[in-house]
Amino acid sequence: MSKPLKQIHLAAHFPGVNNTTVWSDPEAGSHIEFSSFAHFARTAERAKFDFLFLAEGLRLREQGGKIYDLDVVGRPDTFAILTALAAVTDRLGLTGTINSTFNEPYEVARQFASLDHLSDGRAAWNVVTSWDAFTGENFRRGGFLPQGERYSRAKEFLATANELFDSWRGDEIVADQQAGTFLRDARAGAFVHKGQHFEIEGQFNVPRSPQGRPVIFQAGDSDDGREFAAAGADAIFSRYSTLKEGQAFYTDVKGRLARYGRTHDQLLILPAATFVLGDTDAEARELAREVRRQQVSGATAIKHLEFVWNRDLSAYDPDGPLPDIDPDLGEHTIARGRAQVRMYRDPLATAREWRERAAANNWSIRDLVIETGSRQSFVGSPATVAETIDSFVQADASDGFILVPHITPGGLDAFADTVVPLLQERGVFRTEYEGTTLRDHLGLAHPDADAPGERVAS
Amino acid sequence: MASTPPSSLPSSSPSASSTPSSSALHLAVALDGAGWHPAAWREPVARPRELLTAGYWAGLVTEAERGLLDFVTIEDGLGLQSSHFTEPDGRTDQVRGRLDAVLIAARVAPLTRHIGLVPTVVATHTEPFHISKAIATLDYVSTGRAGLRVQVSARQNEAAHFGRRTFPRFDIEDLDTPAVREVTTDLFDEAADYVEAVRRLWDSWEDDAEIRDVATGRFIDRDKLHYIDFEGRHFSVKGPSITPRPPQGQPVVSALAHQSTPFQLVGRSADIGYVTPHDLDQARAIVDEIRAAQTAAGRAGDTLHIFADLLVFLDDDPGTAAARRERLDSLAGHPYTGDARVFTGTPAQLADLLLELRQAGLSGFRLRPAVVGHDLPQITRGLVPELQRRDAFRRAYEADTLRGLLGLTRPANRYAAATV
Ligand SMILES: Cc1cc2nc3c(=O)[nH]c(=O)nc-3n(C[C@H](O)[C@H](O)[C@H](O)COP(=O)(O)O)c2cc1C
Repeated sequence: MSKPLKQIHLAAHFPGVNNTTVWSDPEAGSHIEFSSFAHFARTAERAKFDFLFLAEGLRLREQGGKIYDLDVVGRPDTFAILTALAAVTDRLGLTGTINSTFNEPYEVARQFASLDHLSDGRAAWNVVTSWDAFTGENFRRGGFLPQGERYSRAKEFLATANELFDSWRGDEIVADQQAGTFLRDARAGAFVHKGQHFEIEGQFNVPRSPQGRPVIFQAGDSDDGREFAAAGADAIFSRYSTLKEGQAFYTDVKGRLARYGRTHDQLLILPAATFVLGDTDAEARELAREVRRQQVSGATAIKHLEFVWNRDLSAYDPDGPLPDIDPDLGEHTIARGRAQVRMYRDPLATAREWRERAAANNWSIRDLVIETGSRQSFVGSPATVAETIDSFVQADASDGFILVPHITPGGLDAFADTVVPLLQERGVFRTEYEGTTLRDHLGLAHPDADAPGERVAS
Repeated sequence: MASTPPSSLPSSSPSASSTPSSSALHLAVALDGAGWHPAAWREPVARPRELLTAGYWAGLVTEAERGLLDFVTIEDGLGLQSSHFTEPDGRTDQVRGRLDAVLIAARVAPLTRHIGLVPTVVATHTEPFHISKAIATLDYVSTGRAGLRVQVSARQNEAAHFGRRTFPRFDIEDLDTPAVREVTTDLFDEAADYVEAVRRLWDSWEDDAEIRDVATGRFIDRDKLHYIDFEGRHFSVKGPSITPRPPQGQPVVSALAHQSTPFQLVGRSADIGYVTPHDLDQARAIVDEIRAAQTAAGRAGDTLHIFADLLVFLDDDPGTAAARRERLDSLAGHPYTGDARVFTGTPAQLADLLLELRQAGLSGFRLRPAVVGHDLPQITRGLVPELQRRDAFRRAYEADTLRGLLGLTRPANRYAAATV
C-alpha cells in the first residue's frame, strides 16, 4: 500500500447572500425562516458532516449608490441562529463568521464561549476583517480603521480573545454545597491585556467551555491573511476549489506553519465548493447550464460587468454586445460591500480580454458573464463527484470542502443521500461521529488536554 | 392603516387594555442562575454544576411554559455577578459566571412553543446594530416570541472590559448625588437612543420587501428598505438592518426602573416596565409617574404594561417558607435585602397580594424565584392554579406570539406609513 487514505472533512455553507444562490427556482424556499436553517442543519448532521458554516456581511451591498437588489438579501444574526441550531442537532459543528473590526473582544469571546457551552463543544469562529468604512457606518466607532491595520487588529483581537478563553482554568467551579464554596479562587477569569488596539482588564465571566476555545477559522487571501492563518488558525476557508489552484494554495499555506512551530496537520484547508448533481454526467452538465442561467439573469449580467467597468451600464442590452467604452479607473467604486470589487485587479486588461473573447465567440453580455463567471466546482453524477472530491483531497488540493448548494433549504439533500454514501464506501468519510465536539470531528487537539491540571473537576 | 410618523414609537390598539380590573393578570418569571437568593445554589434542589448547560435552561423555561406564563426574562451582565453596586466583591461563596442571555434564549426557543423569551441586553457597551439583528433572529427562531430587557451599566469593572470609557466609583447611597445623577441620566439617555436605533432597524425592512420578481430579476424591492440614519450623542447608525423585519414587527422592549430617570426611559421607549413597589400606595405613585412620562413622550394611546417585581419564597405552609428564608439567610451570613419586595408565604397568600397590588393599575408581575428549582414549580403548580380558580389568569395560551399574549397588536412599519 502507498500512504494511507486521507479522511475528508465536509461542511455545509448555508446558501444565502451571494451571487450563486438561486432564488427564482420553484424549489427555493425561505432563506430566513428558522425552519430552513433547521432543515439544512439536520441534513448536514444526517450526512455526518463536520460542521455548518455561516458567512456574514454587516452592511447591505450597494451598487451605483443603491442597495443591490438582484441577489438574496437578508440574513440572521450569526450567534443567535447557531445557538438555536444547537437545539435541533447533537453533533454538527457550528461555525460562525464574525469580524474583528466592528466588534469588541470581551463580547465576542463571551458569545463564542456561551455558544460552546450551549452546544456542548461545537463552536467555531471564522475570523474575518471585513471590508471598509462603509460597513463601519453601522457601528459606534464608525469607519475608524484603515485597511492596513485590519489584520493587526485581527491578530490582537484573536490573541485577546484567547487570553479570555484561557482565563478560566476549568476546575474553578467547585460548587460545594456543604462547604459553601462556589469558586475555588475569587480571581477566576482575571485578565490584563495592554496592546496597540486594546487596553482592557478585569474578569471574564464565562467559565471555561467544553472545547476550551472555539475552533478558529480564517478567510482571507492576502499574504497578511495567510500569515495570520499560519500563526493562529485551526482551519482556512479558502476560495481555491480547482485542483491546481488548490494545490498551490495548500502548499503555500502549509509551508508557512513551521515558522510558527506548528505541524502540517494543525491547519486544515477547506475551500468553498459548489456542486451540481445529475443521474449522469451529461445530465449534470445540462443542469449546471440551467443553474448558471438562473444565477445570471440579464440584469445580473449588467451589474457584473459594472464591477469591471466601474460605471453605470444600465443602458446596455444584456443580450447585446459588450460596451466599447473603457472602464472608469477613478477612485470611486460603483459597487460597495462586494467581494467582486477586488476580483479584477486590472480592469482595462480585463475589459479588453472580455471584449475579444465575446467578439470571437459571438457572445452577448449575458453569455460572457455566464461563461467567465465563477463556475460550479463539482458537476457530475454522484459517482463522478465522489471520485473527484476524493482525488482532490488525496492530491492535497485541500483537506475537504465547505459545500455551498445553490438552493435553500433542500440543496444539500441529494448530496447527503447520494455522494456521501459513496465517499463512505471508499473509506474516506466517516459513517458515524467518533467524538462529540467539533475538535473531535476535525482531529484537532483540545487545548485542555495540552495542559494537565486544566481539567474540569468532577 | 394607522399612519405613524417616522420618529414615533410603534403604536398598538388602545383597546388592548392595560387597566387590569376586568382582564387577567400577566405573569412573568425572572430567571437568574440558581435563583435570586445568594445562597439559593446551596439548596439540595439546586443544580449548581449545571448552571452553564443547555439542559438546565431548557428545563426552567419548559416549566415556566407548563405554567402558561407570559414570558421569562433572563438576567445578564458584562462582568462577574457581585453583591456590590458598581464593583466586583471578590466573593467565592456565591454563584459566579454566566452565559450570554440572548444565546440562552435562542437555545431554548426551538424547544418551546408559546412562552415569550426576554433576555437582558446591556446598552452601555454593546452595539445597537448587533443587538437589533440578534433579537430579530430570536424572534425568527421562536416564531414571534422575542423581547429584550434593556439595562445600563455604570460599573467601573465592566467599562474596563471594553476599555472605551470610565465611570466614577460610587455606592448605592450616592445615587442621589448630582455627580452620579449626571452619569445615570446620561446612561439612560444613551439607552433611549439605543432602543430608538434598534426599533428603527427592526422597521428598516418593510414586511413585503422580499418580492422575488423573476421578470425583472429583483429579489427585493429596495424602495422598501430604509436607511435609518440615526444620529445620537454616543453613536450613529446608518442601516438598514441585515436582518429582515422580524415576525412580530417589533419585538417587545422592557426595562427595570426604580427611579425617575429610568421611569422616563420606560415612558419613552418601553412596552413593559418592571417596577419595585413595596405596597399599594407606592405602586400607585410609581404607576402615576410612569403614566405621566408616557403621556409626556406622546404615547398616551399606546399600551405600556407596568409589571411589579416581587421576590418570592413559596411553600404550602407559610411557616415553611419563612423557615426556608431564614435558613438561606443564615447560609448567606446576612438577611436578604434587595430592590424588590420579598414575599414569604403560600401561593394562595401571594395570589391575595397580587390581586391587591394590581389595583394600583399594574398589568402584571414579574416574579423572582428565591430558589428557582423550588419556587418556580411553586409558581407554575401552586400560584397559577390558584389564580385560575379566581379567574385571574389564563387557562390556555391564547396566542402564539409574545405581543399576542400581552395584547399588543403588530405595529405598522413607521417607514411604510411615512412613504405612503
Ligand atoms: C473565501 C472567503 C470568504 C470570506 N467570507 C467573508 C465573510 O463571510 N464576511 C466578511 O466580512 N468577509 C469575508 N471575507 C473577507 C476577508 O475576511 C477579508 O476581509 C478579505 O478577504 C480581505 O482580506 P485579504 O486581503 O487577506 O483577502 C472572506 C474572504 C474569503 C477569501
